[in-house]
Amino acid sequence: MIVTNIETVPGHTIVEHYGIVQGSTVRAKHVGVDCVAGCQNTFGGELKGYSQLLEESRSEAVSRMMQQAQQMGANAIVNVRFGTSSITQGASELLAYGTAVRVE
Amino acid sequence: MVDFLIFIVFIIGVFFIGQHIQKKHCASLEIREQALLYMPTVVGRKVFEDSEVEKAWLVHGAVVVSGDYFKMVYAGLIKFFGGRIRAYESLLDRSRREALLRMKESAAADGAHMVVNVRFETAKIGSMVGNQQGTGMFEMLVYGTAIRMKSQ
Repeated sequence: MIVTNIETVPGHTIVEHYGIVQGSTVRAKHVGVDCVAGCQNTFGGELKGYSQLLEESRSEAVSRMMQQAQQMGANAIVNVRFGTSSITQGASELLAYGTAVRVE
Repeated sequence: MVDFLIFIVFIIGVFFIGQHIQKKHCASLEIREQALLYMPTVVGRKVFEDSEVEKAWLVHGAVVVSGDYFKMVYAGLIKFFGGRIRAYESLLDRSRREALLRMKESAAADGAHMVVNVRFETAKIGSMVGNQQGTGMFEMLVYGTAIRMKSQ
């Protein structure tokens, strides 16, 4: 599965178009990480626990999107975009969407 | 009175620790940016010939940051009069550079020659735990398409 965020897959031509596919995930970290982040929040800087959490969930969202594309019979996703929104304290939704296509 | 003194000492302490973290981060950013200068990273998308491309894939880098307590109080004061809030400007600038660097590093690790169509995204993902008035945490996300050229 080839995933890009430009309109084409360089070196290939698009032969078929399957429409939009998306994958999303809502995740929260356990209370321990929340507490550590609360302390770090006093001094500022990077919150590693949350960085890691979002990194994992983003990969998850992308792989769900890829699964959906695979079921349609696509072998590439172009024009991928990401979105993030916070649902409640310490939980956020990550969304990935793009156009499923078949390339040759 | 004593409460107020404790608060002042706390704020000053936080200020110096925050400054220290910022300086250390800036120094590390500069070194790592120098090391990756060879790799073009562009917002445009047609900077190569299709026939030269061996592989294209999606890369992303993200970082979650929060401002320190001093910044929050300082911003609160500035907001009263309006104007630029420099404390937050530097924070957002630094974290965006960090996210960009992470993306470039992950692209370089897989042998990319350039990254095209780079997009930036910022999301507020909540505030300090149990405190709605907190400084707020921001997620900086940078993503793009890594390109590897055929070797000549």
